Amino acid sequence: MENYRDLPLELFEKAEVNLDEKEHIAKPSLTAFQDGWIRLKKNKAAVVSLFILILIFLFAVFGPIFSSYDYAKTDYHHTFQLPSREHIFGTDQFGRDQFARIWYGTRISLLIAFAAACLDIFVGVTYGAVSALAGGKVDAVMQRIIEILVGIPSLIIIILLMMVMPAGIGTIIIAMSITGWVNMARLVRAQILKLKSQEFVLAARILGTNSRKIILKHLIPNTMGVIVINTMFTIPSAIFTEAFLSFIGIGLSEPRASLGVLINNGYQVLHNFPHLLIYPAIVIVLIMVCFSILGDGLRDALDPRMRK
Amino acid sequence: MGKILQVENLHVEIKTELGRIQAVRGVSFDLDKKETVAIVGESGSGKTITVKSVMQLLPSTGSITEGSVRLEGKELTTLSEKEMLKIRGSDISMIFQDPMTSLNPTMTVGNQIVEVLKNHRKDLSRDEMKRRAIEIIDLVGISNPETRFKQYPHQLSGGMRQRIIIAIALACDPKVLIADEPTTALDVTIQAQILDLMKELQEKINTSIIIITHNLGVVANIADRVYVMYGGKIVENGSVEDIFYHPQHPYTKGLLAAVPKLHEKTDKLFTILGTPPDLTDPPKGCPFAARCLYTLKVCRQYPPAFTPFENHHESACWLHDPRAKRMISEVRNAG
Amino acid sequence: MGKYILKRILYLFITLLIIITATFFLMKRLPGTPFDSERFSQMPPQQQKQLLEKYGLDQPVSVQYLKYLNNLIHGDLGVSFFYTGRTVKDVIFGRIWPSVLIGLQAVLLGLAVGLTLGIIAAWKHNSGIDYFTMILAVLGVSVPNFVVAALLQYYVGLKWGILPVAFWGTWAHSVLPSIALSFGATAMFARFIRTEMLDVLEQDYIITARAKGLNQFQVLMAHAVRNSIIPVVTILGPIVVNLLTGSLAVESIFSVPGIGSLFVESIKSNDYATIMGLTIFYSAFYILVVMIVDILYSVIDPRIRIQGNKDE
Repeated sequence: MENYRDLPLELFEKAEVNLDEKEHIAKPSLTAFQDGWIRLKKNKAAVVSLFILILIFLFAVFGPIFSSYDYAKTDYHHTFQLPSREHIFGTDQFGRDQFARIWYGTRISLLIAFAAACLDIFVGVTYGAVSALAGGKVDAVMQRIIEILVGIPSLIIIILLMMVMPAGIGTIIIAMSITGWVNMARLVRAQILKLKSQEFVLAARILGTNSRKIILKHLIPNTMGVIVINTMFTIPSAIFTEAFLSFIGIGLSEPRASLGVLINNGYQVLHNFPHLLIYPAIVIVLIMVCFSILGDGLRDALDPRMRK
Repeated sequence: MGKILQVENLHVEIKTELGRIQAVRGVSFDLDKKETVAIVGESGSGKTITVKSVMQLLPSTGSITEGSVRLEGKELTTLSEKEMLKIRGSDISMIFQDPMTSLNPTMTVGNQIVEVLKNHRKDLSRDEMKRRAIEIIDLVGISNPETRFKQYPHQLSGGMRQRIIIAIALACDPKVLIADEPTTALDVTIQAQILDLMKELQEKINTSIIIITHNLGVVANIADRVYVMYGGKIVENGSVEDIFYHPQHPYTKGLLAAVPKLHEKTDKLFTILGTPPDLTDPPKGCPFAARCLYTLKVCRQYPPAFTPFENHHESACWLHDPRAKRMISEVRNAG
Repeated sequence: MGKYILKRILYLFITLLIIITATFFLMKRLPGTPFDSERFSQMPPQQQKQLLEKYGLDQPVSVQYLKYLNNLIHGDLGVSFFYTGRTVKDVIFGRIWPSVLIGLQAVLLGLAVGLTLGIIAAWKHNSGIDYFTMILAVLGVSVPNFVVAALLQYYVGLKWGILPVAFWGTWAHSVLPSIALSFGATAMFARFIRTEMLDVLEQDYIITARAKGLNQFQVLMAHAVRNSIIPVVTILGPIVVNLLTGSLAVESIFSVPGIGSLFVESIKSNDYATIMGLTIFYSAFYILVVMIVDILYSVIDPRIRIQGNKDE
């Protein structure tokens, strides 16, 4: 290193020292949600998925309105039409416009999935929260019950229920919820137990906060993350289950449409008219993929350990 | 005595999402045979990256942008990975901080020692390797070595695991042993035992040791010479006595002052205010300028050169410059 | 350890009992009789009564239930209503072999492809292969298995004519169904081991291994993979569920004479006895697998198998 022989003497005077600067902390602090939202936005795949889902949702709600055809209207002069300007997704063996049918079916599928998810949340969160907050013997008994229920393969129960109850949308929703809440209950219970034992709850108690406030201000916001993420995965699962049931013939049936019914229909005539299978298949795959990516993205975004 | 290891003007960069971190900015040090050198500094000073560069164990985001590393005269920075593999574990070994996580939990400790032998001592038979491994387990002070050989890491205590880690490092009689905070994760009583073990083994195997630590007690216990690092640079180096009893650099003085002394009564513990510099945009001048209590204007703009003191003792600080001394005396005379 | 196994076996029986009971009473609520309704309604009332008596269907439900349980313990699953004259047990075991074959092949395929992809994806994190594997994993769990099966059948079977389209006969007939069935499992294995590996690769013992002078491959196999593969056992439960449900659709689409398609047929023909039998069979199988998996995990992870003995 050079010796800097030519430096002016003034440089060797004392510099001004700012003591406050020294304690400066680099980044501003954010709440968990703000931080999570920012991180989620960085995840391009998740953002695109969210966008696609919103698009699909809008189509499902408004799509059939824009089509000039009714989803159930048959037209035997125009059966098995390939996609054209008249019929954007073609027609089926009854001459029904597929565009209207697919969006109507999506609407039904999404409705079923969301309703089932809501029931899951309602029953599951309540059960899990009560179990975790009550603690002691009550918790132990409720836990045992869950452990047994978890061992039951849910699809079988759903199939049986579907056979016994009158066919219809309500039936499917109830059947899926009867087995679906268990997982949510487990997760919620685990999360609340974890939070209960953490130090900030202890701190709040020491500071004199009453129990109700603790639950509202601390437990619920931190459990929301778990609930939301789990829902992101139960919805596609519900869509799949409904489609599966319809495919093997015990879900919804004609003339009602759902994605499962449409795919089943498309399968029957697959060898001649693949478009009847492919379009509803694309929609269902898109929905499931996007929920999956969004769910993963949310999980990563809300995980405090991944904070940079 | 010939120099075993010579590091000259080492510059290391790490690419991160936040930018390029200049983690090591022109570090030079050397190591004699059977010597123990301590590198002291806070987290973020660059000490771990420096020694990882010696072993060419930088993460994929890191690279040596300038400088040389020579082991017994042989240049290491230009070696291929294949050639480097022969050196790691046999000529130069490294042990890390946390013994609880540094061992493979699904492999017996004996096999983890045999693994390094298999890699470098292919001349030995399997039985010979096993015997040597058991010998080494005994050497590091673990009783019942044959039984321990077959055990898994979770069956050993923290101190024992660290001994095994030392055993693995010394299995092939390395010329240099690098120890990165080897005692930080251990209880105080075990710390002393491990340091004693290292000294004992150094005698037996004739190995040179580089020990990284932020604990001055460890330095006093085991080191011959000390390098003090801050902000990616070496700010002072010298023998242990010189550093402890005649520290020249304000940072070194600060470190020593921060160690609480039993016999002194104080109300407040001394700390050096502030935080280490951001190395994505490193300070132009002296790295310590922002936190130093004696900062001069020149300190912020130009990096100081090393001023030599007696006995291979050096310190890089503008306060040693005659011009600074003149300014201080002028101020004193004026006031 | 022994206590734990006993507890699990107890749970197994309780769960099975609940399933059997629930299924039994649900089945009884189904309208009509299990017999071919046309033929049945054409029979004279005397014969109808005889038929009902023969199958014990004239008794009060609770009595029927107890009789059923009793038969169950003796391994008697009743008589199929659809395949008149054959016992449910015979029907099930007569068709079990194709399902076993396809199931096993699907699992093996899933393990081979899934684990390999997942390991490589984690090893070359953020590279082309990593993104490809992630996309595959997402698709694998999002595309419904019946869609995959239908598409495979159409393109590979029909249009390109490479493999048989449907039915059973040679080993070649099992290829497409196995592939279709393995999609979900492959995706699950790949995704899981990728996550595990990424975690393991951050661990300190990996860098200890590198410091020993081991090359990348040695570090990967002896240290990274070794630690990542043990937890894979834990997802065998969900994998089995995936295969069981998948087999229903896949076997139907490919007309494979297995118990998956048997289940679907029984539903369509209201063959209660067979439905009951299959439900019990599936449930017992699933619960057994979960139990074995749990026990297996505690055996192969040395940290759980051997309790630490840490004297200094």
